[in-house]
Amino acid sequence: MKNLVILGAGTAGTIMANKLHHRLDHAEWQITIVDRSALHYYQPGFLFIPFGLYQPEQVVRNKTDFLPAGARFVIGEVDRIEPEHNQVLLANGEILLYDDLIIATGVDIHPEETEGLKGRLWRTSIFDFYTLDGAVALARALKDWPGGRLVVNITEMPIKCPVAPLEFVLLADDFFRLRGIRDKVDLHFVTPLPGAFTKPKASARLGGLLAAKGVRVTPDFSIARVDEDNQTIVAWDDQAVPFDLLVTIPTNKGDAAIARSGLGDELDFVPTDKHTLRSSQYPNIFAIGDATNLPASKAGSVAHFESDVLTENLLSAIAGQPLAAQFDGHVNCFIESGAGRGLLIDFNYEVEPAPGKFPLPGVGPFSLLKETRLNHFGKLAFRHIYWNLLLPGHAMPLVHSHMSLVGKDLS
Amino acid sequence: MITKTYAGKAVAVNEEGYLLDSLAWDEKIAAAIATEEGISELSPDHWKVIFYMRKAFAERGDGPSIRQLTKQSGVDTKRLYQLFPKGPAKKAARVAGIPKPHGCI
Repeated sequence: MKNLVILGAGTAGTIMANKLHHRLDHAEWQITIVDRSALHYYQPGFLFIPFGLYQPEQVVRNKTDFLPAGARFVIGEVDRIEPEHNQVLLANGEILLYDDLIIATGVDIHPEETEGLKGRLWRTSIFDFYTLDGAVALARALKDWPGGRLVVNITEMPIKCPVAPLEFVLLADDFFRLRGIRDKVDLHFVTPLPGAFTKPKASARLGGLLAAKGVRVTPDFSIARVDEDNQTIVAWDDQAVPFDLLVTIPTNKGDAAIARSGLGDELDFVPTDKHTLRSSQYPNIFAIGDATNLPASKAGSVAHFESDVLTENLLSAIAGQPLAAQFDGHVNCFIESGAGRGLLIDFNYEVEPAPGKFPLPGVGPFSLLKETRLNHFGKLAFRHIYWNLLLPGHAMPLVHSHMSLVGKDLS
Repeated sequence: MITKTYAGKAVAVNEEGYLLDSLAWDEKIAAAIATEEGISELSPDHWKVIFYMRKAFAERGDGPSIRQLTKQSGVDTKRLYQLFPKGPAKKAARVAGIPKPHGCI
């Protein structure tokens, strides 16, 4: 019997378990998947919780509901990977031997990396929405907040879902408008990037949207510390921004087990071939999703597109053949822009987000880089697609892992 | 292709002003690009960062992130922002004649 071990049963790990369960010979291969938690979180839904638009129970399910029946699911902490011995050591002392290993351990937020962030103001006037706990605590804080200076700050790049902080600001504008206190709220978006987003064309479009909603933007701001006494965030170049409520997107890092294994870069991301998804160091280790160091957005759509490539390449590797499938860096994200509207962006390693129609050229029904009501419904419908099509590893109708240029205006 | 002349030498750059060939770089070109970036004089600490950037790029094929710079160049984060205001990694990369680091996605 051969062993395929998958570390992490989030979006990427779950999809891989399902796809490989269909493709590997069950008489020859045992799939084992490891995660510290029994619960699967629909992370894109966290964004809606602070505004009371989603309730926590709408974004949590049992992991076992989405894993293939034949796979072994181990709930436990990974101590470390020992690539020289083809084994994974668990914290409880169990040893998992593997023939091939997939690392899908994701990323997590690390507020303790920034001085003063996780101090006495944490969860009284400093909040995050990248964890369910954080999003729920923020919902409580926002419910009766009288207004004041609300600062949304990205600590450093890369972060999971780079559009989420923008969506948060746009939804906050809507939220305070509906509560009748928008005039009492100073919304301020503070980012280390030179503009609203990582890609210039989308950045200009999204920056315009923020300006139209009266959101102040401070670019090129790299936070060094929080001055707790003065309730300000202070940059390395001594710029200071005061806040009454700070919504932080803390430093994102890969799993600590990656660091313990000596397999990570300075942020504990796994160095990975950006086209084949094979580890840069070991031929029988592959990485997928947020855990990699790929120059692509850390997003569920990326994990999904990568899963097609990784499935083919893993089967090639097992058969002793060259890895023929190539990931092109495809990202596809709905951006919620408030007031029941949304945008959609579609891009890859080489091509920036451009206007056009998606997924059918000229037809849509979704519009790229443009605010429409239908894009908003697409975003809401995606939660059902996620649970019922994406996690089980089914093909998504009309959406392909390789990005298409057809129907896009690239001028 | 865009050609620019720095210190009397014509070099090819991309649309963001980064040198296309890191080997076409020399210290006079660095000083001229630094002036464009608003850095009037390159101090020993500037050069320490610049040469570290070039070494890292030669070894790995990508410029280092700010975190790598802080850990490995021997210059701390605070000082990096004094030397290369508003974006040490991308500014130092341009002055050092290497491509913009892939860090920002």
